Amino acid sequence: MDQFLYSIPIIGLVFEFIGYLIAVLPDISPIILRAATPIAFAALCGVMCERAGVVNIGIEGTMLVAAFVGWTAGVYLAPVLGTDPSPFFGASPALVGALALALLAGVLVSVVHAWLSVSVRADQIISGTIINIAAFGVTGYLIALLAQSSPTGAGQFKQFTPPDVLTSLPLVGWIFDTILNQGPLTITLLIVVVLFQIWLFRTRWGLRVRAVGEHPRAAETVGIDVIRLRYRNVMLGGILAGLGGAYLSMEGTAQFQQEMTAGRGFIGLAAMIVGRWTPLGAFGAALLFASATGISQSILIAPPPGQLGDVLHSLPPQFFDAVPYLVTIIILAGVVGRSIPPAADGQPYEREAAH
Amino acid sequence: MNARLQQAWAVLALPLIAIVMSVVVGSIVIIASEWLVTGELSPGLAVDAFSALVVGAVGNPRVIVNTLVTTMPLLLGGLSVGLAFKGGLFNIGAQGQFLMGALGSVIVGVQLREAPAIVALPAALAAGMLFGLAWGFIPGFLKAVSGAHEVVTTIMLNFVALAVLAAAVNGPLNAGGTSPITADVGNAALPIIIGRNGTIALIYAPLMVLAYGFLLFRTTRGFEIRVAGSSPDAARYAGMSPRRLIIWTMSAAGLLAGLAGATDLLGSTHQMASSYGTTVGFDAIAIALLGRTSPIGILLSALLFGALRTGSAQMQISAGVPAELVGVLQATILFFLIASPVIVKRFGIRGAKSGFEEAATITGTYGSEAVR
Repeated sequence: MDQFLYSIPIIGLVFEFIGYLIAVLPDISPIILRAATPIAFAALCGVMCERAGVVNIGIEGTMLVAAFVGWTAGVYLAPVLGTDPSPFFGASPALVGALALALLAGVLVSVVHAWLSVSVRADQIISGTIINIAAFGVTGYLIALLAQSSPTGAGQFKQFTPPDVLTSLPLVGWIFDTILNQGPLTITLLIVVVLFQIWLFRTRWGLRVRAVGEHPRAAETVGIDVIRLRYRNVMLGGILAGLGGAYLSMEGTAQFQQEMTAGRGFIGLAAMIVGRWTPLGAFGAALLFASATGISQSILIAPPPGQLGDVLHSLPPQFFDAVPYLVTIIILAGVVGRSIPPAADGQPYEREAAH
Repeated sequence: MNARLQQAWAVLALPLIAIVMSVVVGSIVIIASEWLVTGELSPGLAVDAFSALVVGAVGNPRVIVNTLVTTMPLLLGGLSVGLAFKGGLFNIGAQGQFLMGALGSVIVGVQLREAPAIVALPAALAAGMLFGLAWGFIPGFLKAVSGAHEVVTTIMLNFVALAVLAAAVNGPLNAGGTSPITADVGNAALPIIIGRNGTIALIYAPLMVLAYGFLLFRTTRGFEIRVAGSSPDAARYAGMSPRRLIIWTMSAAGLLAGLAGATDLLGSTHQMASSYGTTVGFDAIAIALLGRTSPIGILLSALLFGALRTGSAQMQISAGVPAELVGVLQATILFFLIASPVIVKRFGIRGAKSGFEEAATITGTYGSEAVR
C-alpha cells in the first residue's frame, strides 16, 4: 500500500512530462533534427559499409578528420577564394572548397580502412579502432600546431529561411519549419536518406550490395566483383561520414575542437543497429537518440513549471550531458537481440584460387 | 641457439619494424608541419625533437623515475584491455573504468584523509578497484543478457563517467572553494619509496603483471577465459558458461582499469579537478595490441608509452614540437602492426605473428543476437 501511494506523484510527474513534451515539441524539433544530423550521417555510413559486409568502427575517426580538414581548409582557402557569402545558404567559395576537401578526406580515411579490412584482411574492428586512435592523434597534433597562430576559419553555412506562408500554416507549419529552417548539410541528409533507402532496396545496385553482405561467395559466382564493391561502398561511406564531420565544424559550429565528435560516430553505430541496418530505420533511431539532446537542452533553457520542474531542477546539470549516452545504451540493450546484421558482416573475403 | 634467435626475431620483428617506422613517419610529420607553419625546411628539427624525447624520458635518474611512475597506470590499463582481449571482448571502456576508479579512490581517500595511512590507503585503493569493477560489470552484463556489443556500450559509458565525475567534483565532493576541485586525499596518498615521486605503485603494478600471467596460464578460470576467447562454441560445448565468463572477464578488466585510475589519482594528482582526464584508457588499447596481450609484451609496451609520454614534455620545451606528436607516433606504430601481413610477406619473416586469434571472436559477436 505504501508503494502504491508513493507511485502516485510519479504518475503525475510522467503526465506532466508528456504534457511538457507536447508543448515544446514544435520549438525543439528543429534542434533535434540538427543534433541528429551528424549521428544520422554516421549511421548511414555504417549501413553503407555493413550492408556490403565491412564493419566500420572507424566512423568516429573519419568524422573527426573530415571536421578537422573542413575547418583547416577553410583557414587556408579563405584568403585565396574569398568568404563573401552567397544568398544560397551563405555559401562562400572558400566554404564550398573546404567542404569538398572535407569529403575527400573522409574518402581517403575510408580507403585506408578498406585496404586494411578488404585487401590486407586484418581484423575489421581492430582496423577501425586504429583509425580512431590515429585520427585522434593526428588531429590533436595538428590543431596544437595550428592553434599557435590562432587562425580564423571560413565561417559556416547558414540556415535556409522558409517562407512565412509555409511555417505559419496551422498544425503543419512547424513541420515545414523543422525540415526547411536548416543548413545545406541537414537538408542533404533528408534527401540522402530517401535516395539511399530506394537505392538499397529497389535497385539492382542495392540488390548486389545486399548479396555481397549476406553471401559474398554466391555473389561472386554470379559475376559480382566482391572486392571492388566493398571498396566502393566503404568509400561512399567515407563521403557520408565526411558530411557528418563537416556538419560539426562547418554548419553546427564554425570551428574545430579536439575530440569534437564526442562519440557521435559510435552513437551512429548504435542507431544503425537499432534501425536494423536500413537507411530509414537508422535515421529514425538517430532522431530518437538526438531527441534526448533536444529535450535536455530545452529543459535547461526553459524548464517545465510545477513539481516536474522542481524535480528536474534538483538534478545536477551534468546529468543532462549524460542523457544521450544513457538513452543509447538502454535502447541498444533493449533492441539488439531482435536486430540481425548482414550474415557476412565483418568477415574478410578471400577469392577462391583460380584453377 | 640459432633456432632461439630466430624465434625471438619472429616475436620481436614486427613491433620493432613498427617502432622504427613510427620514428620515420614522426620525423616526416615534424619537418613537413614545420615547413607548412613557418615556411622553413629544417631537417635538423626532427633529430632535435627525438633526442630531446629520449633525454627527457631516460636521460637521468630523476626522469627515469618519472617515466616509471607514468608507466604504472598505463601498465594496469594495458592489462585491463589485454585481459578482455584474451576473453574475446573489446574493452574500449578502460577510459571510463579508469575515471570511475579515480573517482572511487578520491571519495574514500578524502573521507579518510586524517585516518592512519595503513587504513586509508588500502581502503582508497579498494574503492577504486570496486568502482572500476562496477563500471566494467555493466557492459559485461548487457552483452551477456541482451547481446549489446561492448564496443558501443563501453564508449557510451566513457562519456557517462565523464559526466558523473564532473557532477561529483562540482557537487558533493567539492572542497568548498570557488574552483571545481576536491580536497586532497591526505594520508591515503601512495607513499613514496624512491626518488621524489616514485610511489609503491612501482611495486604492486608489476606484481599485477605476474598475477595476470598466473591467472591466464595457471588457473582454471584463465583457461576458461582463453577458450571462450578463441572459440565460444568450444567453450559452450565443454560445459562452460560463456555468459558468466563475459561478465566475469569484463568485471575483472574493469577492476584493473579502476586500479589504474586509483593509482594515478592517489599517486600523482592527489585530488580531482573537474578537468581531470587522461588518455590512459585509450593508450591502454594501443599497449595491449602492441604487446599482443602477453604479460611481458604489455609490460614492455607500457614502458615504451610511458617513456614517450614523459619525454614528450621535454620535447615540447626544448624543440618546440607539440607533445601531441606522441599521438601520431602511437598511431603509426599501430598502423604498421595491423598492416603487418603485408610486411611479413615483403620481408619474409618466418613465423611472425602480429595479432591474436581472439580478435576474430570480437568481430564475430558484433551486432549479433544474445549470447547463448
